[in-house]
Amino acid sequence: MSRAPLFISGLSLVSALGDGLAPSWDALRTNRSALAPCTFEQLPIAAWAGEVQRLETPLSGAFAAFDCRNHRLAERALAADGFEQAVARAVAKYGARRVGLFTGTSTSGIQQSELAYHHRDPQSGALPGGFDYARTHNTYALGRFLRARLGLAGPSFTLSTACAATAKLFAVAARMINAGLCDAAVIGGADSFCATTLFGFQALGVMAQGPCRPFDAARNGISIGEAAGFALLERAPATPAPDALLLLGTGESADAYHMSSPDPQGTGAATAMRQALAQAGLAPGAIDYINMHGTATLVGDAAEDKAVTSLFGPHTPRSSAKGFTGHTLGAAGMVGAAVAALAIQHGFLPGSPHTQKLAPAFAPGHLLTGRAAPVRRVMCNAFGFGGVNCSVILGRAS
Amino acid sequence: MRLFADAIGLRGPGLEGWEASAPILSGQAPYLPAETTIPPAALLPANERRRAPQMVKLALSVGAEAFASAGLAPASCPTVFASSGGDGETIHEILATLAGPLRELSPTRFHNSVHNVAAGYWSIATGAQTPATSLCAHDGSFAAGLLEAGAQALATGGAVALIAYDLPYPAPLAAVRRIAAPFAVALLLSPAATPRSAARLEIDLCGPGHSACATPALEELRQSIPAARALPLLAALARGENTSVTLDYLEDLALAVQVTSP
Repeated sequence: MSRAPLFISGLSLVSALGDGLAPSWDALRTNRSALAPCTFEQLPIAAWAGEVQRLETPLSGAFAAFDCRNHRLAERALAADGFEQAVARAVAKYGARRVGLFTGTSTSGIQQSELAYHHRDPQSGALPGGFDYARTHNTYALGRFLRARLGLAGPSFTLSTACAATAKLFAVAARMINAGLCDAAVIGGADSFCATTLFGFQALGVMAQGPCRPFDAARNGISIGEAAGFALLERAPATPAPDALLLLGTGESADAYHMSSPDPQGTGAATAMRQALAQAGLAPGAIDYINMHGTATLVGDAAEDKAVTSLFGPHTPRSSAKGFTGHTLGAAGMVGAAVAALAIQHGFLPGSPHTQKLAPAFAPGHLLTGRAAPVRRVMCNAFGFGGVNCSVILGRAS
Repeated sequence: MRLFADAIGLRGPGLEGWEASAPILSGQAPYLPAETTIPPAALLPANERRRAPQMVKLALSVGAEAFASAGLAPASCPTVFASSGGDGETIHEILATLAGPLRELSPTRFHNSVHNVAAGYWSIATGAQTPATSLCAHDGSFAAGLLEAGAQALATGGAVALIAYDLPYPAPLAAVRRIAAPFAVALLLSPAATPRSAARLEIDLCGPGHSACATPALEELRQSIPAARALPLLAALARGENTSVTLDYLEDLALAVQVTSP
């Protein structure tokens, strides 16, 4: 980065793999997938999904009005990995006004509106009383909830660029801190199951029969997952601990190609990756592992493999986490960051459960099973509807 | 943050473009309320124009106006899109379909339901491969967009376009989320003065508060449309005088903007 890199002083994740980074590490180590047949909605195909268990308990007390599946999931990720305590330390250090909160989601709490539409007044069509649009469905509901819940008073918004939403927040946090608008930033978000996404991806014809198989010769689409994750970013100390996790660079671009289909040439994706490398001041050879977006669609995987190989050559180790957790949509950037952190911490290159036979056209760098190897720097990719591309580079201080 | 306002696009009820609206906002011409007109999105290829919701056409129209008046190619510039929610018509249609017996969504409607729908169509329309982001802070979305666009301009050292827009929601959502009329504003912001700069903006976070519009009908727009929270700043730019305005943001935060000649 042109300025000093930021220090990631807190990180949490909840996905179908479990609460916190520990079960995710266990799954990476053993190549265990959390995908299972989807029972959340009755879909016309045998779709699999990465569902987070035990989300039945409503939010209560001062936060009851915010209750929805998305916020229950976000609440779980505050409790995981000591994240809430990390935020409290930042508030004590900088003051609540100096801690920014930048959240990401694609569908927020739209499930509350889905439920409300099932209970419209048969005569007037009116929605039932008690439905709180601003605190559940609205895109900013997540930010409003977390700002109140964490006692933050700094700048805040919810970024919503479909499946690249939380990845972009790393770039937002760096810019906001560098612009002097805050001293620390809580970033992250949640995306949870709702009929809109399940039937929407079904309508697009990109939902896999069975579990998704990223970069497989026989891949046939995505499996949806749900997840929430957060990171706390602050300026790095002058001499950070050798194992401190740093944000080294970000890159963003747009395809300018199609609303829901990626540019098959991967031009925009390559631009985002190139910019992230430039901002980090790194050559492609300095990246030890690439956490691919890899949702297991025919076109998307091919475009990403092409873009990555054009920049890094065929051998840089790479894999997608979608076979572990499913595609967690707007939260995918936080899953990527968590996988990167675990790869660096444990010196491990993750595989890709359910990928049985790599498509012959793809580079040999794809990993089907994990293996131990030194990992200092990881690039994470996240792409989304609207042709949004974002690449994030995380690394050890030394 | 120090920024320079290089060009403006505006469309709302009785406000048809910046050039026609500036005398109204500065108090030199009377404000005559009228329905917002949304021009067809000339930038979009015909097939995309058919698929694009009104929200996209509204956002594209003010963006195109700002870039045209600056004489800049839209493809050269990152964009920040700010809206207090997704496209209401699209979301209503999806929710109504999902509540019915046949839960078959239209694929186009599904991809039009994302918050960054305008950003996506903008990239396609202009060929801009520069970063396009989309964000929301409910009623404070304009101020949030101004912070993000400003931070981007400082980080990149180049111009960034902020495009903020809102449209009314259809029934039954309109009962729980009232937005009075379609309204959109585009601001082209630079981190350093350019020959195009109309004003220098010093932007800071401050305690809660807001400047009001002098004309009651415009003040009503400001209060009933999130994107119209920009009106006090637009009025200051229209008057071209050195002044300070406070823009609504969050419950406990606002933006103080000092407006001076560049």
